Amino acid sequence: MARITAGVGCSHVPAIGVAMDQGITEQPYWEPVFEGFEKSREWMKEQKADVVFLVYNDHCTVFDASCIPTFALGCAPEFAPADEGWGPRPVPVVKNHQVLASHIAQSLILDEFDITIMNEMEVDHGLTVPMSVMFGDKTVDDEWPCLVVPLCVNVVQYPAPTGNRCYNLGKAIRRAVESFDEDLNVVIFGTGGMSHQLQYKRAGLINKEWDTKFLDRLTSDPVGLSQTPHVEYLREAGSEGVEMVMWHVMRGALDDDVEEVHRHYHVPASNTAVGHIILENVKDQGKAK
Amino acid sequence: MPLKKDYEDIPGTFIFDADKGREGYQLNQFCISLRLQKNRDTFGENEEAYLDNYKMTAEQRQAVLDRDWNRLLELGGNIYYTSKLAAYDGINFQQLAGLMTGMGNDAYRAMMVAGGRSPEGNRYQSEWDEKGDE
Repeated sequence: MARITAGVGCSHVPAIGVAMDQGITEQPYWEPVFEGFEKSREWMKEQKADVVFLVYNDHCTVFDASCIPTFALGCAPEFAPADEGWGPRPVPVVKNHQVLASHIAQSLILDEFDITIMNEMEVDHGLTVPMSVMFGDKTVDDEWPCLVVPLCVNVVQYPAPTGNRCYNLGKAIRRAVESFDEDLNVVIFGTGGMSHQLQYKRAGLINKEWDTKFLDRLTSDPVGLSQTPHVEYLREAGSEGVEMVMWHVMRGALDDDVEEVHRHYHVPASNTAVGHIILENVKDQGKAK
Repeated sequence: MPLKKDYEDIPGTFIFDADKGREGYQLNQFCISLRLQKNRDTFGENEEAYLDNYKMTAEQRQAVLDRDWNRLLELGGNIYYTSKLAAYDGINFQQLAGLMTGMGNDAYRAMMVAGGRSPEGNRYQSEWDEKGDE
């Protein structure tokens, strides 16, 4: 049986990808951003994950305004890095576990989550930056060490799905994974955030106190946290901070009882507070992966 | 009963909701077209001719030609779309924020390195009105 054993929360700032692609991660501005991912890369190796289920959003790259699915599941065999206006990132093509993805699609819809099925899709920095920070530098000729099932969430046009909906979707994803026969270790990523506002006269808003409470409550009060209204994200964490609803999908897919094994927080990367957390299901800890 | 917009009292912020999405549709579709090199090349050859392909308002069209970044947002543009036009001009997100806030790149970058814009005094429009900000 396939199972979800751990979750990763992670910002996906495009400038982080640019810094890695340009090899400037040791510059004083970037060094503290990447330092916090060194332990994460070791942890990721130890997991020997077969599949990463990666929850992210497209930034008006692959999805234009003509069609805006709230939840779109990647069911294509592979996903190429997209040109976002300055050329595609020089990282490997992302390979799907296509049989698992189509199983999850069926299971979710019968579980009353009416997701959109993407049989062709490119992916932007929202997906590739978390892969890069967790797996380290890769060139176009390399391969990512595991397969990836992408779930793309609309957080650009208001309203994003509610935190409650995302949390419950996480539970449905877990049910789908656990009803898949192949013996697979799945790690789920929830990406985006943390506090940031990219637009207009309030751009640059950062709320460390709010972000810290959010990270704390992922372990201590995940259900209460998932009830956070949209207007609180927008006011307290900036207009683009609403991306953090995607972390609830990750949290919902884990056990109630999790242990925080790593946390990293740094301001700034470009306009954004970089937040990162690793949560393990307590009952899965120490088991041979 | 109309849907309540409980986010309209956040200062210096546009929430890209269904109304904004409707208003900015042609503008945003133009912006996203620039993510492809062949379109960037065509736009570069003749901006006015390229813009004829999109049925945007005269004001939106002028704001594109003027690179009036805040005006683009006021007229229904969304930052992820308008950033494609900025990228075409070689402007990244942080530089764009320096322009939109009126702070300039160096002062904006320094604010971010110092921890960013505090939420204190920046949650409600009334707080900005008291300070005499817009």
